[in-house]
Amino acid sequence: MNKVVQALLYGAFAACIGYLSAAPTYQYADPELAVIKLSLNHAADRVEECTKLTPQQINERAMKGEPINECARARRPLAVELDVDGTTVLSLAAIPSGLWNDGPASVYERFAIEAGAHTITARLRDSARETGWDYEYSEEVDLVPGRYFTITFRAGNGGFAFR
Amino acid sequence: MELIKRALARAFARFEAVFEYAFGQRNTPFACLGALGWYFYWIVAATGVYLYIFFDTGITDAYASVEYMTHDQWYAAGVMRSLHRYASDALVIVVVLHIFREFAFDRLRGRRFFAWLTGLPLLAFIYICGISGYWLVWDQLAQYIAVATTEWLDTLPVFGEPIANNFLDSTTLGGRFFTLMVFIHIFGPLFMLLLMWIHIQRHSGAKVNPPRPLAIGTVGVLVVLSVVFPAVSQAPADLDVVPAELGFDWFYLAGYPLLDIVPGGQLWLYIFAAFLVLAVLPWMPPAKRVPAAAVNLENCNGCTRCFDDCPFSAINMVPRTDGRAYESEPVVNVNQCTSCGICAGACPTSTPFRRSGPLQPGIELPHRSIADLRDELVAGTEKARVVIFACDTGDTDDLEEGGVKVMRLPCVGMLPPSFVDFALARHYADGIMIAGCAEGDCHHRLGNEWTIERMARRRDPYLRQRADERRLCLSWLPRGSSRRRQRALAEFRAALSEIDDE
Repeated sequence: MNKVVQALLYGAFAACIGYLSAAPTYQYADPELAVIKLSLNHAADRVEECTKLTPQQINERAMKGEPINECARARRPLAVELDVDGTTVLSLAAIPSGLWNDGPASVYERFAIEAGAHTITARLRDSARETGWDYEYSEEVDLVPGRYFTITFRAGNGGFAFR
Repeated sequence: MELIKRALARAFARFEAVFEYAFGQRNTPFACLGALGWYFYWIVAATGVYLYIFFDTGITDAYASVEYMTHDQWYAAGVMRSLHRYASDALVIVVVLHIFREFAFDRLRGRRFFAWLTGLPLLAFIYICGISGYWLVWDQLAQYIAVATTEWLDTLPVFGEPIANNFLDSTTLGGRFFTLMVFIHIFGPLFMLLLMWIHIQRHSGAKVNPPRPLAIGTVGVLVVLSVVFPAVSQAPADLDVVPAELGFDWFYLAGYPLLDIVPGGQLWLYIFAAFLVLAVLPWMPPAKRVPAAAVNLENCNGCTRCFDDCPFSAINMVPRTDGRAYESEPVVNVNQCTSCGICAGACPTSTPFRRSGPLQPGIELPHRSIADLRDELVAGTEKARVVIFACDTGDTDDLEEGGVKVMRLPCVGMLPPSFVDFALARHYADGIMIAGCAEGDCHHRLGNEWTIERMARRRDPYLRQRADERRLCLSWLPRGSSRRRQRALAEFRAALSEIDDE
């Protein structure tokens, strides 16, 4: 046994752990940039409208324990668009969740952007319409470097919310 | 695959030589990486229990409670916190080395697959426990981990609403997910302990404690590190602020930066593929099937020595089935037997002196019988004055020279001590050398340990008193030590010459 080499090896072990447990630092984001987070979870309209049943049909179904609505389960994809200063930075169609595509569609996006004044416009389409948008919101915002800017959506609260 | 293993084994051999020089063969960390893993686990668990006393499990007060421990109670909880972190990091180091080493030395194939496979979920749990621990500090690093982890989890098609929404901004922050992390960080290690227990189930007398000098030295150095360089938190988490530059624990978080360049779903695929490759390694290629040890009941008196000495728990003692007046008989579990032959070396009927009837001990390897071993010893030893019993994994290829006969065994633990006495008493050799793996690092786990004890007359079957110990040389060396082995042989032959001259 050589105590000196042993001490050196213990020292190397400690140095390796001590250093790599906190360094080198990892640059996750540019502190000069702001980061926009867009997050929404929303159920679009169904692909097919529910068939209108007569009261008699509803009664019959209720007696048999069958569903009293006749609808195809699948929902439409959710169209979402985000513009910054008139330039589209995000445009996507979110697929509804669930094995039968009958659940809400979710969008979660995060991207860095130059800090400063910007006009941000968020749009969403959840219906069968082919042109135009069901929800649209635009606001002039001042993005602060090193901070998040969050865009959320709640249909019940009137649509998009910027904070 | 064989080339990779050989290259890795060579690298380990070179690296370990330095450690062997510093720590001695018995205390070298590489011979007890698994035991060191257990040791670090217990340090992490003990320090964790202490930290939990002062830790506030609510998301709003967690940071303050960790700060209190780090600064106000730096001498106790602060040191414990650092020790908790550093022992966790050390755990990663020894576990990763353990995995590579077992692979390099081919200790995973054939019937040894069990420990390898059960070790894989352990690896995943180490990371789950470590990452959830960083989460609990609720500083900027924790915030980064929370956001990055939930975003990554969201790439799996299992969550309805993105779970990253829990950490969207300060207005949406809730304690729900944080509480889940506390739960994972407490119960994860408990489940890990269960897995660790399963991991060593096929190893009898598993080494779960490192040698005392190494244990004291290791914990000492971690305590010194904790005092000199204490673990500290980063700025408190603020979900409205983007964490820019982070002090990173690379032992646990090295994979996270990959999320910046690889889509999360793709990273899941890579990890799954990596685990799949690791899981099939024991069969790449499949090990040559070697017959398991076989019991010859007519020569077995149920003494249980084979049961006691089997390193892989492959022998069970069951009530006697042949009507003879013995209590029990051994039954070999062929799915666990690695055909090391240590049971044959333990069997008191494995004696070459036997004259009545054929030499067939109570238990032996069908493909390497004790009778063949005696015949091989007797044949052709007229000119060979030194007989070397060497294990298959040793570096003994260069030892065969004039006057030296090398007899290879799956493990030197297969050699019954009576063979040494037989060879010397019947003048089949002037000297016997037993050349095996390094002490405490037997390829078959316990072969050299049992041999040392048997030859020192501390373990049954004992070497007979009349055997001249000066004519017996035990040479325990790690792989890649052929020159040292040659030197040991030369010294032994010189010593034999001196004895003959007396």
